[in-house]
Amino acid sequence: MEDKKQDANPGSKKGFSRRSFIRGAGLSTAGSVLLTTNAFAFEYEEGYSEGKEYGPGATLIQLKVNGSVQTLSVEPRTTLASALRDHLDLTGTKVVCDRGSCSACTVYVDDKPVNSCMMSVFDVVDKEITTIEGIAQNGKLHPVQEAFIEHDASQCGYCTPGMVMSCAHLLDNNPDPSLEDVKRATRGNLCRCGTHPHVFKATLDAAKKSS
Amino acid sequence: MDTRKEKLPYGIPGHNLSEIERDIPVNEPPAWPVNKDLNLIGKRVKRIDALDKVTGKAKYTSDLKLPGMLYAKMLRSTVPHAVISSIDISKAKQLKGVHAIHLIQNEEKDGEENENGKYPMVKYVGQPIGGIAAESLAIAKDALALITVKYEEKPFVIDLGSAMLKDAPIVFKQPIKQQEDGGDVGETHDGSKGEGNVRGPSTSSFFGGPRGDLEVGFQDADVIVENTYRTQVHTHMPLETHGVVVDWRPDMMTVYASTQNTAAVRNEMASIFGLPKSKVRVICEFMGGGFGAKHSAGSFGPMAANLAKKTGRPVWLMLDRQEEHIAEGNRPNSVQFLKIGAKKDGTLTAIQQRSHGTAGVGLGAGVGRIAQILYACPNFATEQYDVLTNAGPGAAWRAPGNVQGAFGLEQAIDELAEKLDVDPLAYRDIIDKSEVRKVERERGAKLFDWSRRKAPGSGEGVIKKGLGVGQSTWPRFVTLDSSVEVKVHRGGGVEIRSSVQDIGTGTKTVLAQVVAEELGLEVEQVTVNIGDTFFPVGPGSGGSVVTGSITPPARNAAFEAKKELLKLVAKKWETDSSNLSMKNGEVFNDKDASQKMSFKEATGLMRTSQISKVESRSDDYGGFQQPWGLAYGDLGSVQFAEVSVNTDTGFVKVDRIVAAHSCGRPLNIGQLESQINGGVIQGVSYALYENRVMDNSTGHMMNANVDQYKTPFSMEIPQIDTLIVEEYNARSSTDAYGIGEPANIATAAAIANAVYNAIGVRIYEIPITPASILTALNKV
Ligand code: FES
Ligand code: FES
Repeated sequence: MEDKKQDANPGSKKGFSRRSFIRGAGLSTAGSVLLTTNAFAFEYEEGYSEGKEYGPGATLIQLKVNGSVQTLSVEPRTTLASALRDHLDLTGTKVVCDRGSCSACTVYVDDKPVNSCMMSVFDVVDKEITTIEGIAQNGKLHPVQEAFIEHDASQCGYCTPGMVMSCAHLLDNNPDPSLEDVKRATRGNLCRCGTHPHVFKATLDAAKKSS
Repeated sequence: MDTRKEKLPYGIPGHNLSEIERDIPVNEPPAWPVNKDLNLIGKRVKRIDALDKVTGKAKYTSDLKLPGMLYAKMLRSTVPHAVISSIDISKAKQLKGVHAIHLIQNEEKDGEENENGKYPMVKYVGQPIGGIAAESLAIAKDALALITVKYEEKPFVIDLGSAMLKDAPIVFKQPIKQQEDGGDVGETHDGSKGEGNVRGPSTSSFFGGPRGDLEVGFQDADVIVENTYRTQVHTHMPLETHGVVVDWRPDMMTVYASTQNTAAVRNEMASIFGLPKSKVRVICEFMGGGFGAKHSAGSFGPMAANLAKKTGRPVWLMLDRQEEHIAEGNRPNSVQFLKIGAKKDGTLTAIQQRSHGTAGVGLGAGVGRIAQILYACPNFATEQYDVLTNAGPGAAWRAPGNVQGAFGLEQAIDELAEKLDVDPLAYRDIIDKSEVRKVERERGAKLFDWSRRKAPGSGEGVIKKGLGVGQSTWPRFVTLDSSVEVKVHRGGGVEIRSSVQDIGTGTKTVLAQVVAEELGLEVEQVTVNIGDTFFPVGPGSGGSVVTGSITPPARNAAFEAKKELLKLVAKKWETDSSNLSMKNGEVFNDKDASQKMSFKEATGLMRTSQISKVESRSDDYGGFQQPWGLAYGDLGSVQFAEVSVNTDTGFVKVDRIVAAHSCGRPLNIGQLESQINGGVIQGVSYALYENRVMDNSTGHMMNANVDQYKTPFSMEIPQIDTLIVEEYNARSSTDAYGIGEPANIATAAAIANAVYNAIGVRIYEIPITPASILTALNKV
């Protein structure tokens, strides 16, 4: 990306704060939204609120995405989803509701699935981000990806990256899930085309195959 | 056209499969046998673009980023009915990063209320007024907030009932020119009929007008059922919103669009900007869902083009979730009065239907077709009224009119069966003439175990189980303007090209299957390039027309290319090409086993670098029911629903749906299942959850988001068993049809019938909510 110059402090890890619309809508809010709408309601520490404020202009930060460190210049109001899509061109992560209600934008932060549209990119500068582009390892698809292909678990495919992320995370942490587990893992993932039955089948099959 | 006689499979395997002789155009390929004798057709072939989808590599319109691209945002009205007196853009213009602002101006006089108005009148909240292009989306949004629009507000009306009152505010004083979109209210464009906001009635459809004599029919009846059924407005909400990226260079306007119809968008943009069609190119490589509303360029298309023109840069203009809900289409609501009479033996004697519905500022809320055709009945009449309101326009939504109509009709049929003291499934055996639905009822009932069904409301305990059935029909439509190019490249490689797009149904894959089957290749050996108007024109993805329209030309083009290739091989082998065949990637001489060569070798014989054949669609073998492409036969389905109703809380859970469907010759079982699952899930959603909630005092949609606009997520998904009935009609070289729309029609009706069976009280309105259950049970 052309995010070069700027006044930033790429080395700094903690202590960013956000302004504008995202203020106060950090991890704890995301957490509570997750509780009602997404599969994964992890407890996050709010590790960001102290320290200096950045902005109003753009700030240079470094982000560790899919194993490599990327430098980008972002405005204080930038969400993680927007940083990935608009700044790093990782458009596999989709934005559908932009308010934590659909899980289309699911990525892993330190191996935990989150709605990236609900997170400030400044909150994750010191964390490992994994996106849909990063879950195939060494050119080998994740078993869930294989199974999605096998069982026709995508129609238009717009929800698919988020679905795959939710299902892959389930399998990575529970090699022998029940149908109920799969439903719970994807309970925040909206799919308007109605691929759910094939998503369930694919995930259970992937579990069977990799066990 | 010269024809030859040919025998084709006809009927349903395992039931009444036979052959029929038809006259078919001489240049069309020989008839395929039934699916079990084919290689790829009717099999579970993997979706060819699945890898792109599961890895996030698929680039949708919303994902595009062109060099120098600007981001645009629409300015929309915040009031439901007004004359715009002024728009102040001075502050927005000065914002750093803003490149252009375009305001929609009146091109013609806007009727008597706004004679000298510079801007069009506002008729609903969310109506587009203008647009801004800026360096980033965030800046465009900031700039939007700096624009001040002054409105002279007018009285408005939001809900159907109020809009029909005599002294209601009038939405349009002048006749409406807009085409109706999918429903049955067709001939009222001049607004000459009806009063105030009410337009209509429409009394006919393309199946004809009223028949017989209602009065006589009802006199003949021994039992009569008479009720009013209500359905809600719900919005499309595809995951990828409507939108475009427009790159307008001096020699060519390229429009990347999330559209169900690349050709229509091309035509529209060309006509709006006075360009020859050859100078507009529309591309849709991947699109994130569309259920009927994405057929046109909308207002966002021209807006992006205007901004691109003003700035000389490509412009990205995708709507946000709220805009999608309020402005880009919905399935209109309906209030349907239905009266059906039958004799003691069950024979239907009369069906009367009258319905009112609102598509907001649009037309097309009719629901009459299904009552007209599903069951044979000598006396039928319908009156379909559109009621205008100050709300976003309706748009075609997966089987427009039929889904709403089935909700009323299929409950009324159940009520009739009950009055006649017949099992509702058995009753359909008496009155339904369709062979395919007969088989679907038989096979579906067995899988579902219909015999478990108990008397309505007879379950013990708090949670009561119920079983119900609903049927559907959807016409077979064909778009005649459907063509495909098949190219065979020297040295190997086959390519398919058409402007037809894949909205998620799997069009790319079925095209590859058909061509690979014809050429005796594997699907992987065929490259599919579609969704680009530079290629031969294909149909829009609507009306479930695509598979039926585009697969015959694809097979025909492959057949022509094959003939040419085989001629070259025949020459080399000094034999006649009619002795040759292609299978398993090889060319064979059927008369001489020693002669064979690989497909690749055969293509090496070509003197030019490619064989290219473009074929379009001939009429159906045996002709059409209507010359414009209404084909014979119906796409029938029977769906069975099992529900649990908690009689203390009113909570309804759909436990299971068995969906038995036909689509002619099935091409890809996995993809068909996917579409049926999708139709069923949207049906569950329609029956129990979705509802557009409007604030009548402000005209705003209250739940224009994902949290409060309720749709099913994983926890709400029932067990769905699909059952696909192969049915041969001998109508084209593939004899295949679509399933997208039929999949969605019967579900809500089946669920409503199951709810009745559970609690013994009938619910006449969807969505069926806990409150409506408790009210029905007299618990509140
Ligand atoms: S886009 Fe992030 S949850 Fe919907
Ligand atoms: S496949 Fe289209 S939204 Fe899920």
